[in-house]
Amino acid sequence: MNPVNYLYLAALLFTIGATGVLIRRNAIVLFMCIELMLNACNLALVAFSRMHGNLDGQIVAFFTMVVAAAEVVVGLAIIVSLFRSRHSASVDDASLMKL
Amino acid sequence: MIALLIAAPLLGAAVLLVGGRRLDAVGHWIGTLLASASFVIGLVLFADLLGREAEQRTVVQHLFSWIPVAGFQADVAFRLDQLSMTFVLLITGVGSLIHVYSIGYMEHDERRRRFFGYLNLFLAAMLLLVLADNYLLLYFGWEGVGLASYLLIGFWQHKPSAATAAKKAFLVNRVGDMGLSIAIMLMFLTFGSFAFEPVLSQVGDTSEGRLTAIGLMLLLAACGKSAQVPLQSWLGDAMEGPTPVSALIHAATMVTAGVYLIVRSGAIFNAAPDAQLAVTVVGAVTLLFGAVVGCAKDDIKKALAASTMSQIGYMMLAAGLGPLGYVFAIMHLVTHGFFKAGLFLGAGSVMHGMNDEVDMRKYGGLRRYMPVTFVTFGLGYLAIIGFPGLSGFFSKDKIIEAAFAKGGTEGWILGGVALLGAAVTAFYMTRVMLMTFFGEERWRDRAEASGQAAATPHESPGVMTIPMIVLAVGSVFGGAFFSIGDRFLHWLEPVTGHSEGHPPVGAWAVTAATVVCLLIGVAVAWAQYGRRPVPAVAPRGSLLTRAARRDLFQDDFNHVVLVRGGEHLTRSLVYVDHTLVDGVVNGAAASVGGLSGRMRRLQNGFARSYAVSMFGGAALLVAATLLMRAV
Repeated sequence: MNPVNYLYLAALLFTIGATGVLIRRNAIVLFMCIELMLNACNLALVAFSRMHGNLDGQIVAFFTMVVAAAEVVVGLAIIVSLFRSRHSASVDDASLMKL
Repeated sequence: MIALLIAAPLLGAAVLLVGGRRLDAVGHWIGTLLASASFVIGLVLFADLLGREAEQRTVVQHLFSWIPVAGFQADVAFRLDQLSMTFVLLITGVGSLIHVYSIGYMEHDERRRRFFGYLNLFLAAMLLLVLADNYLLLYFGWEGVGLASYLLIGFWQHKPSAATAAKKAFLVNRVGDMGLSIAIMLMFLTFGSFAFEPVLSQVGDTSEGRLTAIGLMLLLAACGKSAQVPLQSWLGDAMEGPTPVSALIHAATMVTAGVYLIVRSGAIFNAAPDAQLAVTVVGAVTLLFGAVVGCAKDDIKKALAASTMSQIGYMMLAAGLGPLGYVFAIMHLVTHGFFKAGLFLGAGSVMHGMNDEVDMRKYGGLRRYMPVTFVTFGLGYLAIIGFPGLSGFFSKDKIIEAAFAKGGTEGWILGGVALLGAAVTAFYMTRVMLMTFFGEERWRDRAEASGQAAATPHESPGVMTIPMIVLAVGSVFGGAFFSIGDRFLHWLEPVTGHSEGHPPVGAWAVTAATVVCLLIGVAVAWAQYGRRPVPAVAPRGSLLTRAARRDLFQDDFNHVVLVRGGEHLTRSLVYVDHTLVDGVVNGAAASVGGLSGRMRRLQNGFARSYAVSMFGGAALLVAATLLMRAV
């Protein structure tokens, strides 16, 4: 099987995610873009796993999903408390450690 | 036995200085007793040496290893031979007499015990200096006498002038001491040892340049200790110390240590003619320098100090002549020890009777009031000017002959300088004599002017006059005793070596010229100070007189060249320190600070800019990896 098309897709998704992280300010959007990059990686991993005919890549992909889920739990909690304290979800507003 | 010589005064110093006030009542007796004990031991050793054959008169006593390191052996070992024996007798003999004298002179000083402690310390150090068997131990004694000299010059430390004079003597001496330590290092480098025997016997195998360097460094040391030009400036101020100190340390013994050093190292100088020439030049220059200064001083002790400088100039001149002059240098040293110590004690006696007045213009006509002092001082005076038959005549005449016998133009110049020096010596000593003991009684006017009844000067007590009488006897008969049958020459010749000089003119002609010079000097002084009354206030004087009163600008010279020069040097060093050294350090700190200031701007708190740098870094890593793989 030829993984090239999958890799093109993964690169495209990753680029979209990266660009989003760099240019958007909303913390929620940033978060989603990070998820997008993680999933681009997952796609690449699964495509390579399929190409090599073993399950190593798929196991790592599951691992990534678990970590991403945990990250979402912590990350959303932080975003909520940021929003409560600053009344804004913009990451640029949170440029100082103190309020 | 040899160690006992040093141990006795050392014990005295320890007991007197540690013992504290409990010993105040007996301190001076302890000090005098131990000094005399040392003299008695010296006499016993002398008798022992006399009983031996001339070749076996060198006794070496090895006491213990001082610094035993592989390849660096320093021992505490003593060498008693004819040369050091002569010094031992002079030091302990004159030293004991001066101890006795000090009992009377320091009677009213509440710190008399301490004074005797210092005197004993000096004797111990000086004996160590002349008895040491290697240069390192000699250096130890050398520093010891420097310390004792410092303590005694500044004995009346409550007077700022005395404290300053002590510091000056110490500092000027340090310059000379540096010379000695460099000489010892050079010796160790050259010969691998600094004991007399190996060093002086290996001279033949060594390059002349190295020997000249060692010789010049030794000369520097001798200049410092013996107050020779250019390190002469301390001696005049050293007269701030009590008079017995001036007699013992700054006339008879310590200041002659330089001559001892040069005669002891004779083998080195014999093989280094350039260094030897430097010694004669220093001697000749100092001889005239001291004589000229002595002519203008009104302070009796300073006049005598200048005279000491000049007489040591004679000794250095003789020591620089090599085997021609070594014996005569030491002979003059011994006779000078007698008559100059006697003269200083006489001066002390005059001061004692005159309420510590030192200005000779306020003396006059004292011969009626102090007959003993007058006679002993007068005999010392006749001895120093070289009156025929007295000791100074024999020793000085021999030096002048030896100077002529050097040969060539040098011989004529040196001989001429020595003759001129003899005339000037006669002049200034006659001046001292006339101003002090003859003429009007000028002290009377002064007392009347201040509205008091004139306190009549009084003769000193017997404890002071007896040492003066003994020294006067020595200064009358010493020279004749040494010279008749060439006793001193035969005694010292095995150590120093001797070659008979042949002056270009007959010896009788030199003697006649010396006597004529002496008479001219006396006549001129009489014309100026004997025939006419001496003004109580010093007249302005000629240019030369004024220069001589300021010690021929020695202090001004030192101030301009050394003090100012030193200040400029330190100032420029401080400038370099501030600009260069601090510049580098401060520059490094500033550049690190500036850099971190720039770096800090990256930490701006914006999450997205961190993300950019992360991506940038990742991109770089990927690019690098690809590049490496491509290569």
